[in-house]
Amino acid sequence: MKLKSLAFIITGGKRKFIEMTRPHDSKFWMGIIPTVWIIFFFMFPLFIVFKISFSESIFAIPPFTEIFNFTKEHILEIKLNFKNYISIFRDSYYLSAFTNSLYLSIVTTILCFFVGFPMAYGIHRVSDRLKTVLLLLVSLSFWTSFLVRIYSWMSLLSVNGAINSILLKLGLISAPIQFIGTYYAVCLGMIFCYLPFMIFPVYAVLEKVDKSYIEVAYDLGCRPTKTFWTVTIPLSSSGIITGSVLVFSASIGEFVIPELLGGADAVTFGRVLWIEFFSNLDWTMACSLSIGMMLFIILPIFIFQKRTRS
Amino acid sequence: MALASQTIKRNMDAWQDINAEPYIQVEGITKSYDDVTPVKDISFSVYKGEFFSLLGSSGCGKTTLLRILAGFEKPTSGKILIDGVDITNLPAYKRPVNMMFQSYALFPHMTVYQNIAFGLKQERQSKNIIAERVREMLNLVQLSGYEDRKPEQLSGGQKQRVALARTLAKRPKLILLDEPLTALDKRLREETQFELVNIQEKVGITFILVTHDQEEAMTMSTRMAIMDGGKIRQVGVPHDVYEFPNSRYVAQFIGSINLFDGIVVEQEADHVLIETHEIDCRCQATHAGALPLGSNVTLAIRPEKIMISLAKPDYQYNWTRGVIQEIAYLGDVSIYYIKLDSGKMVMATLPNLLRLADRTFQWEDTVYLFWRSENSSVLTS
Ligand SMILES: Nc1ncnc2c1ncn2[C@@H]1O[C@H](COP(=O)(O)OP(=O)(O)O)[C@@H](O)[C@H]1O
Ligand SMILES: [Mg+2]
Repeated sequence: MKLKSLAFIITGGKRKFIEMTRPHDSKFWMGIIPTVWIIFFFMFPLFIVFKISFSESIFAIPPFTEIFNFTKEHILEIKLNFKNYISIFRDSYYLSAFTNSLYLSIVTTILCFFVGFPMAYGIHRVSDRLKTVLLLLVSLSFWTSFLVRIYSWMSLLSVNGAINSILLKLGLISAPIQFIGTYYAVCLGMIFCYLPFMIFPVYAVLEKVDKSYIEVAYDLGCRPTKTFWTVTIPLSSSGIITGSVLVFSASIGEFVIPELLGGADAVTFGRVLWIEFFSNLDWTMACSLSIGMMLFIILPIFIFQKRTRS
Repeated sequence: MALASQTIKRNMDAWQDINAEPYIQVEGITKSYDDVTPVKDISFSVYKGEFFSLLGSSGCGKTTLLRILAGFEKPTSGKILIDGVDITNLPAYKRPVNMMFQSYALFPHMTVYQNIAFGLKQERQSKNIIAERVREMLNLVQLSGYEDRKPEQLSGGQKQRVALARTLAKRPKLILLDEPLTALDKRLREETQFELVNIQEKVGITFILVTHDQEEAMTMSTRMAIMDGGKIRQVGVPHDVYEFPNSRYVAQFIGSINLFDGIVVEQEADHVLIETHEIDCRCQATHAGALPLGSNVTLAIRPEKIMISLAKPDYQYNWTRGVIQEIAYLGDVSIYYIKLDSGKMVMATLPNLLRLADRTFQWEDTVYLFWRSENSSVLTS
């Protein structure tokens, strides 16, 4: 860190920088903002969650014990409660909530890709004016309340809803179908809510892919469909990865959609967390579940990265 | 007998043989966008094995024309034939034409090997043939051993050569190059010019090159076309375009030239006499078509064709007098800016030969300029 780099001298009435700002200087300063932010708003709360996850649940306010205890004899007592963690591994209820969530998130991510990529590609290919309108319409779904959107899906999918009446009128079905409470309804709701997270990053990357790569491919005898798979998709992979990570991370903790559109069997991690926290008032279990889920997601990524690096 | 005629053909360049069949025919190509027409009714022919250049300043429609040839743009009207086949309506991926982009556009997600093999893979060639051809191409552009590099690990010159190898790999009937050397620095550019011509001669593929650099066009091409405002002004071998420009535009575009406005005062079979108020005496020129007496013309003389002396030359025509205003020393040559009695500025270049007997010319020297009749041309447009 050399402040000198920002100084300049005056020669012949002209101001000149003594030396160029060094890249590592600016790197240091630029790093401060995210670091401070992460420490205060992420690491610190996470530490509290971590602490609570090792407490015991009691009937009090707040409903957990303090794990650090500085006694009169000047002894620091640390009481760590592993009961919650053990029950997470023992109780199939929690394990299935984890796997259900994971499964639902993966399915949502994959489906969002298959729906979102063509949408992003379509928006990328239309005229500039239509593009603006379409992008605005996609953002529009962000601006209406999430709950309102789910409730409107509930009414659409209900037994007397628009979808059932259209299918009945068309004669495709003879009796209304019970959509709500099925896995399909949950998936539909998830895709609907998380699609913009896929569309925007993919669209942004597609816009940046140089058109001449596609022209070179045509020029070398590659047909449009094959060019799409061998050139367009690989060159937009960074957007696809960003979109997938966003959809996956945002949807893993989802509890409203399974609650409203899913059946009783759609026990997801988010729902369990909600129940533990608000119904059972067991904050310690809720915190243990959060930490467990985090490790559950982070550890595979961590191991995978280690592998690919070596 | 058959052998004899073949020998003659080989000795004569196709583009100088009146009976030769053109290999690529561009017929009346026009391209209009909503409000602009960057290519206006362009026609020209290219012969097999030629290195043909399209030379013109920026924005004159060169890239648009090349993109039409490659099949990325549809011409508003006109026809393109390659080897007798009309390809005007073929999509780019079906044309026997490969283009090298100004930006090179090497696929960033592929290695050098995969980039060069890309076109061959589309032809469903066997793995062995592809490997063999890629190796051959890398040898040709002197990049053997770079197979596994990614484009981001290459220098500008290396990228350019990989792009060339990728374009050559399919052995197309025609290769299009859009300002292939502009991104290189001057030294590398000059080296690459010769390399490119060597490679073209080795592979024997017909090339069309687009450039705004006249030196590049002059050194590399068999023939060149001068473009201006979406039209072709002149087509010819570099020597002819330089020595016998057909218009003031071409004369001024290629190299430097001195232009004098005058009128024809005498018309003979092998020469004309031109009178201009800018030069002290009448001028005789041998390179002129049939011109009626009294017609307005422009006399054009290249700076290196003008000789300078301190003594009055023994010439009846083609001389004038002036004062040296300015001397630009360029090392191999010096450029002299001479103000004539009429006030006109004339440019003359002389090689810097130090002759013991001669004293070199200085500023403010009054000198005589003179030139040979066959070294001036008469322009009518
Ligand atoms: N797609 C297009 N739409 C509208 N105008 C274009 C388009 N492509 C090129 N032009 C116009 O055509 C003219 C010639 O462009 P270009 O062929 O790139 O010139 P050059 O390659 O000789 O510099 C430019 O004035 C440009 O604005
Ligand atoms: Mg151009």
